[in-house]
Parts: sequence; C-alpha cells; structure tokens
Amino acid sequence: MAELIELMMTRLNYWIYIVLMMIGLYAMISKNNLMKKLIGMSIFQTAIMLFYVSIGVKNNATIPILEHHGHDETGGHGAEAATHGAAEVGHAVSEAAHTAKDVILAADYDNPLPHVLMLTAIVVGVATLGVAMAVVLKIHDRYGTIEENEILEKVKL
Amino acid sequence: MKYIGLLSVFVTGFLLMYAVLDFPAWGDPNSPASTHLSDHYITKTLEETGVPNLVTAVLADYRGFDTMLETSVVFVAGIAILGILRKRSSTTVPIKKSGRLRTASPEPDLIIRTTSRLLLPAIQLFALYVIAHGHHSPGGGFQGGVILAASLILVALSFSLRSAMLKAGERLMIILGNVGIYIYAGVGVLCLLSFANFLDYSALDWLYPGDAVRARYHSMLVVEIGVAFTVGSVLFLIYAALSSKGAMRRGL
Repeated sequence: MAELIELMMTRLNYWIYIVLMMIGLYAMISKNNLMKKLIGMSIFQTAIMLFYVSIGVKNNATIPILEHHGHDETGGHGAEAATHGAAEVGHAVSEAAHTAKDVILAADYDNPLPHVLMLTAIVVGVATLGVAMAVVLKIHDRYGTIEENEILEKVKL
Repeated sequence: MKYIGLLSVFVTGFLLMYAVLDFPAWGDPNSPASTHLSDHYITKTLEETGVPNLVTAVLADYRGFDTMLETSVVFVAGIAILGILRKRSSTTVPIKKSGRLRTASPEPDLIIRTTSRLLLPAIQLFALYVIAHGHHSPGGGFQGGVILAASLILVALSFSLRSAMLKAGERLMIILGNVGIYIYAGVGVLCLLSFANFLDYSALDWLYPGDAVRARYHSMLVVEIGVAFTVGSVLFLIYAALSSKGAMRRGL
C-alpha cells in the first residue's frame, strides 16, 4: 500500500492527466448537447497538453531559456563572440574565465520539444474549436436546437 | 448510452493508468523523450542560432516547416469559419466614419469604456514586446498574436463589434492573415533563391549584417512577425464571425 501511495505521489501529473482525459472522453460520449461535447473535447485536449508538458520535466532543471548569453553593453554580440569562442576550443575547458559558465548541460534545462509542440497545438486548438463552434451555430440555425436526439428526430422527418 | 460511455471510460482509464506504471520516473533527465534530439537542441542552439530561448529557436528554425503549416492551419480555419457562417446582409447600414469609438447601447458604461480605453495601448504595446522579445524571454509570434487579437476583442466587448470592425475590418484582417503566411513562406523562398534548402536561414547572411548565425537569429524574428500577423488577425476574425453569427454587425 505504501508503495502504491508513493507511486501515485511521484507520478501525480500522469494520474491527473488520465482523470482529465477521461472526464473529457465521458463528456464527448454521453452528453447530449453538442456544445457540451465540444467542451469535453477541449478538456481532452488540455489533458494531452498537460501530459506533454509533464514529459518534458527534468528534476532540478529550469525553463528552456539559456542563461548564458551576453549581458555586456554589446548586447547580443556578446553571445555570438562567446559561442564562437566555445566553438574554437571545441568545448574543452579553456583558460578564459568566461567560457567556464558557457558550457551548457542538457540536464540543466527542461526539454523544449514538448513545449514547442504544445505551443502550436494550443493556438491551432483554438482555431479548430472555432470551426467546430461555427458548425454548431449552423446546425442551430437549421434545426433550432443543438440537442443531439432532437436533431436526429428532425433529420428523420 | 450513458452507462456504456461510463463503462468504456473506466476501461480506457484503467488501461491508461496501467500504462503509467511503465513510464520513466518523474523528472528523469534520461527518459527517452529527453535524450537524443532534445540534448542537441539544448546544447547546440546558442552556438548554431544565437537564440537563448530554446522554444523560439526550435519553433521558428529547427521545426520551421511544422510552424509554417500550423500557421496555415490557423488561417485555413479562419477562412473555413467565414465560409460556414458568413452572411451577406442586403441592407447594409452605413457606418459613420467618425474617428471616435462608439458604443452600441444607448447608455454606455462609462467605467468599462474608460478602463478599456486606458488599457488598450498598454495591451497592444505589450503584444509587440512579446513578439519582439521572444528570442530572450517567453514569447513569440503565437503568444503576441493572441494578445493582439485579445486587445481587439476587448474593443468589441467593451464598445461594440462594429467599432472594432471599423478599426480592424474584415477585409483588412483577411489580407493581414495572408500577409503573415506570405512573410513566412517568403523567407523560405528567399532561402531557396539563395541556393539553400527551404527555410534554411543560414543562407540569408547576405541579407542581414553579420554572419550565418546572425542570419538565423534575424530570420526567426521575421518569421515570428509573420506568425503574429496571421494569428492576431485570424483569431479576431474567428471571434467576430462567431459572436455575430456571421453577420459581422452586432456582436455580444
């Protein structure tokens, strides 16, 4: 039992994503109102976003924005000079003091890839949800209702 | 139907929870998702592109095709909504072209109007900041474009849809949505004309001051601006079409 609780606590995000996803799935399957189905679809989508972002987490890591760029008065050119310096020495420890902090470890930053995927998925999700809502509006115009069973009856007639 | 749904939800949920047991440990830096390509992005991005924000670099450079087509999806979704909902009203009400924003209701709410009037420039300036500063801080074209669209929606909510459409008309929004994708694809075509692969920004070093790394850095900004154009205009169009049921005259 203690092992199970530990497992639940360490993977809390995964459990929550499943619960959210199932709420969305249930709404999509069993709700009668088309708008509520869309809300369920949106919850489902959000659960997948939570899942992806959870995958990208690393212990003791920070957000995927590098801290190592130039803060001197030349602005961005400092980063350029620094990276060129790093390239020349081929990642070896050099005698210059500033290259010591220019070594970027992958373990220090969260995985950027899921963030990128979800960033586009959020905006595209809004746009496609808009299309779905437009279709629902059109259905309401045509049949006067967005309840599924009433629409089915009117389609049969 | 409800019981079948509940049963299937429980079965699916149980299977998914069972699958969680096989997942790598929480926050494991050596999990499959966080190795291979992700390591390359984290360690090499600054060297190859000069952009400290890894998300922006991966979004606009390494995964440029994906982002370009996602932007196209947003635009196509906007066009589809217009195609589904748009109604041409035969009795076009002439719009008085006075410079001031007008309200639809006879008794406008002074507090809401004044507050949104004060907030609007700040929101739009912040949107431009988010777009332009996406290389160094959280932000970029998608986020800034959404904030721009939100400022226009604020006008539509606090004044009226028509006063928002006066500032950002339907035709203008469609054109801006097009322009955004043209900017993005145009950068790719420029790369082709520079004898490199599509969206290989390092070939554009003749266009900007600096070397190939700088060229990738600057091209990303151009691309993000294109994304912001499309996302901002199309999201406002979606709101306008949905809230007015396609008539584009009176919103919520």
